[in-house]
Amino acid sequence: MSESLKSSPIESVHLELGGRMVPFAGWNMPVMYSSIMDEHSAVRTTAGIFDISHMGQFFVSGGAALEWLNRMLANNVAKLADRQGQYSFLLNEKGGVIDDLIIYRLGDEEFFLVVNASKIDEDREWLASHAAEGTTLLDDSDNWAGVAVQGPESAAAFAKVFPDAELPERNGISQIGLGVIVCRTGYTGEDGFELFCSAAEGASVFRKFVDAGVKPCGLGARDTLRLEMCYPLNGNDLAPDRTPVEAGLGFFVDLEKGDFTGREVLARQKESGPDQRLAAIEYLEKGAPPRAHYAVHSADGELLGELSSGVLSPSLGKGIGLAYLPRESAKVGTELQIDVRGRKFPAVVVKKPFYKPSAKKS
Amino acid sequence: MNVPDDLRYNRSHEWIRLDGDTATVGISDHAQEELTDVVFVELPEVGREVDAGDPTAVVESVKAASDIYAPVSGEVVEVNDAVEGDPSLVNTDPYGAGWIFKLKVKDAAQVEGLMDAAAYTSMIG
Repeated sequence: MSESLKSSPIESVHLELGGRMVPFAGWNMPVMYSSIMDEHSAVRTTAGIFDISHMGQFFVSGGAALEWLNRMLANNVAKLADRQGQYSFLLNEKGGVIDDLIIYRLGDEEFFLVVNASKIDEDREWLASHAAEGTTLLDDSDNWAGVAVQGPESAAAFAKVFPDAELPERNGISQIGLGVIVCRTGYTGEDGFELFCSAAEGASVFRKFVDAGVKPCGLGARDTLRLEMCYPLNGNDLAPDRTPVEAGLGFFVDLEKGDFTGREVLARQKESGPDQRLAAIEYLEKGAPPRAHYAVHSADGELLGELSSGVLSPSLGKGIGLAYLPRESAKVGTELQIDVRGRKFPAVVVKKPFYKPSAKKS
Repeated sequence: MNVPDDLRYNRSHEWIRLDGDTATVGISDHAQEELTDVVFVELPEVGREVDAGDPTAVVESVKAASDIYAPVSGEVVEVNDAVEGDPSLVNTDPYGAGWIFKLKVKDAAQVEGLMDAAAYTSMIG
C-alpha cells in the first residue's frame, strides 16, 4: 500500500529512544523499544508508557446531546455522573460493532469520546450522517496527543510529573489547568491513566514520564496485555458483522434505556442466546504461539472457526487466543485443537480473563 | 554487533559453520536482536532433504513467526532439541548453544558462495 502514514506528535522521542516503528491503523507507531516481554513485564510490575496519539478525540455538546448519544451508543449515557467515563459501542443497524469507545461526561451538555485510530473517519461520518438538532459534533483528533501510563506504579509516576494535580477516581476524568485531560482508564488491566494534551506538548509529556522512570512501551506489549485481559481489539475481535452480545460484552449494552441503533438484534440475541460466542482459549501445554486466523478444531478434528486474536502470553507462558465458536463449543472446559502450520496443539475454553492482575499484586 | 570471522552468512541472516561435510546452522546475532524474545522454535525432521533457500525451521517471537532457510542444500542430520525446551538460547547464545540444525552438505562450493563476516557486516550496516 502506498498511502502515506501519519506521524505521531511524539515520533521524535520514539526515534531517540530506539523505538521500532511499524505501520498501524494508518500511523507510523512504535511496536517496541527493548522487547515485548520486557515492556509487558514492566506494566505488570512497575509502570509503562504508551503513545496513544493515534486514537481519536470527539467532543459532543448541546442540549440534546445526551438523548442523541443514547440513541447512537449501546450503553446508557444517562448513568454517567459528571466527570465519569463508560465503555460503549457504536453499532450499525444489524447490531454489529462499528467501533468500541470510551465516553466521558464533562458536564450536563458536554461529552468527550475517545475512539479507535482506524475508525476516526468512519465514526465521524456515521455520527454526522445521523446528526440531530441541538447537538454539535467536533472531531478534534488532529489537535491532541495522548499517552497511556499503566502499571502498579503509575499513580506514583503521575505524582512526580504533576505534583500539584490529583488523579481522578477509577473511570473518572479530570483536567489539569487548561487543555490537559486525564482519564483513570486503560487497556491493560492494571491501574493507570490516559492523558490527552495538545499535540505540541505530547513529546515533552512523554519524555517527563520516561525521565520519572516509566518504561516506554510499544503496541506489541499493549496487544499482549489487553489480550491477557480479554479486552477486544476492534478489527480482530470486534467487527461490523459481530455484535457485543456475541463478543460476550452484553454488560455494556443497556436494553432498558429506550431505543438505539441495533437494539432489536441485540434484544433478540440476549433472549435466545447468540449462535456464536467469543471464547477464551488457552493451550493445555507449551506450543507454537497461536495467532489471528489460525484454525480452531474440535477435539474430534471438526473445523469450528478461527482465532480472532492469539499470542503467547508473557504472564502465563502459554498460548492464549479468542475465537468466535458455535455456542455449544464456546463453553468453558470444551477441549479444542489449534492448527499451527498443520500441527495441532491441544487447548481448552477457559473463563475470561486469562490473567487476573489483582491476585498477582496482593 | 557480534559477527564472528570464522562463519559464513546468508542474506536472510542464517550463519553456517562447516566441519568436514557437516554444516551447523543458526541465526545471526543481528537477527536475534531484530526478532527479540524468541519464544518458540520449530525444528525440521532429521533425514529431510533440503535445497538451498528452502524454509527449514521456524523461529517465533511474541509478535511474528520467521522462516529459517537452509543456506545450502543437504540432508538434515541433527537438530538442537535444547532450543525447543529453551528458545531463549537463540537470543542469549546465537552462535553457540542457540544453533538450530545441522546439514550434511551436498556441495561445499555453495558454502564458499555465502557471505563472509565483512560482507555480512556491511550488508546489515
